[in-house]
Amino acid sequence: MAAGPGSVTPPRFAASDPTSEVMELQMGPSHPASHGTIKFNLRLDGERIVDVDVEIGYLHRGFEKMCEQGTWNHVFPYADRLNYASPLLNNVGFALAVEKLAGITPPERCQYIRVIGGEISRVTDHLTCLGMAASELGAISAGFYMLEAREFLYDLVEALTGARLTVTYCRLGGVMKDLPADMKAHTGVALRQVRRVLADCDRLLSRNRIFHDRMSGIGGLSPEEAISWGLTGPLLRACGVAYDVRKANPYLVYDRLDFVVPTGTTGDNYDRFMVRMAEMEQSMRIIEQALAQIPDGPIMANDPRFVLPPKSEVYGSIEGLMNHFKLVIEGQKVPAGEVYVATEGGNGELGFYLVSDGSGRPYRVRVRPPSFYSMGALGHMLRGCMLADIIPTFGQINMIGGECDH
Amino acid sequence: MTADALRTEVAAVLPRATLVPEDTVRGEVVVVVEREAATQTLRTLRDHPTLAFDMLSDLTAVDYVDRTPRFAVVYQLYSTRQNHRLRVKVPVPADDPSAPSAVPLWKSANWGERETWDMFGIRFVGHPDLRRILMYPEFVGHPLRKDYPLHQRQPLVPERDPITRPWSPRRTV
Repeated sequence: MAAGPGSVTPPRFAASDPTSEVMELQMGPSHPASHGTIKFNLRLDGERIVDVDVEIGYLHRGFEKMCEQGTWNHVFPYADRLNYASPLLNNVGFALAVEKLAGITPPERCQYIRVIGGEISRVTDHLTCLGMAASELGAISAGFYMLEAREFLYDLVEALTGARLTVTYCRLGGVMKDLPADMKAHTGVALRQVRRVLADCDRLLSRNRIFHDRMSGIGGLSPEEAISWGLTGPLLRACGVAYDVRKANPYLVYDRLDFVVPTGTTGDNYDRFMVRMAEMEQSMRIIEQALAQIPDGPIMANDPRFVLPPKSEVYGSIEGLMNHFKLVIEGQKVPAGEVYVATEGGNGELGFYLVSDGSGRPYRVRVRPPSFYSMGALGHMLRGCMLADIIPTFGQINMIGGECDH
Repeated sequence: MTADALRTEVAAVLPRATLVPEDTVRGEVVVVVEREAATQTLRTLRDHPTLAFDMLSDLTAVDYVDRTPRFAVVYQLYSTRQNHRLRVKVPVPADDPSAPSAVPLWKSANWGERETWDMFGIRFVGHPDLRRILMYPEFVGHPLRKDYPLHQRQPLVPERDPITRPWSPRRTV
């Protein structure tokens, strides 16, 4: 650089020999090839990246501050909007954390429903990530095929929760409503369609020369580095570390379901892609097993201290009305204490650290967003790569603004 | 390692740390460490062969506004080799809100500490690049402090010209 930032004339553009110096380039925050509002402050030597400073925070909306203002149930709609590609997983993660703090266990049928909804969301999350990543590399058809597959699953989510994205499906101690009567048949049809699309996309992409050249050997990290950067989920598993919260520390009914944790070897973008492809098949297996095993029974825990009474009680009896009133106005009096509960989100370890002071409102809600820490490592992954490598690497991180910037 | 075994092991390895009673943390393993001993303790936890906390899952803080010391920096540690978790809390007083940086131990502390500085105003001594991360550089105050009003207004910031007023430059490490 010729002069410092205080000078008025633009010295960086008046340089005599443009080939010999490092060029500064700001990419974003609204770049057509990056899905997500993010800015890269690049220092380039030709097309090679010397240094990159990743700037996030464009979608910050004070999630943690807002959570401290309402009752525990008020957090569920906010939780939907963290990772909006897999809202059910956030709902389930938050519900499990509050339930541990309150000391209640949801009934078995509810746990199965949460697994089914969560795994459907995991597939939509991976489809969003891979579809967008493929279309950004020019494979527009594959991208749209994956979005088509996602539609079949969004139909299921809509039948289950009433909404495609803003689901707010979980409640403290249970879920909002039971599975629709024809869920099993519907799911069978949808999964068949998704498998057909995925087989097409696999043929289009996995052995595609151009796709290979853009993905292989780029953005890789060693397992030790990945662990030190706090990478989790598909990014860490692509490095060969088989850390999946569902296996390492089984919650809900994951210990009764048979699935494998796919891992890669090199940790580059291609491995990340393949790990996600394999995970979708495993998630679909989980959904099928859970639908076969699901028992009958209640979907809400029976604990009037925390669980809202059914509407028939609220409008039909004075006790139900009072219970409802107290819970809505004063909030659930979750006993004082603190917990950290990790679940496997779409992008990795989704953790909620909650502190309660015994009043009806959360004292502190901290979300550990998996893509926040992956984005922290992005600058390190990109150093020495070419400018064009930003897009596939950023695509495989699957940064979801709502979650990363909370 | 199970939670009970981990509790015994941590108590043996860190004689000066205080274990938080089990019922307030619902059976999780939590230790409180003085700020002066934090770096040494975290290094021990990372390098000890049977504890082996190789991942810093999350780093944040809590503002206990009515207590002394006011803040607590919270480290969520995880061991991928041993599959156990530990939470370390370091109390930080209000009149000197600072803590030693954990960046030399875990890379993930870099953004975790930047966010904690941004949200709580806790300085991390030895951090290579302590800038705001979610808020913009001109933001006044630290929004997750309990005394930051929910509807606080911020002064308008003049438009940033990329040539005469570039973004806050990254410090060279």
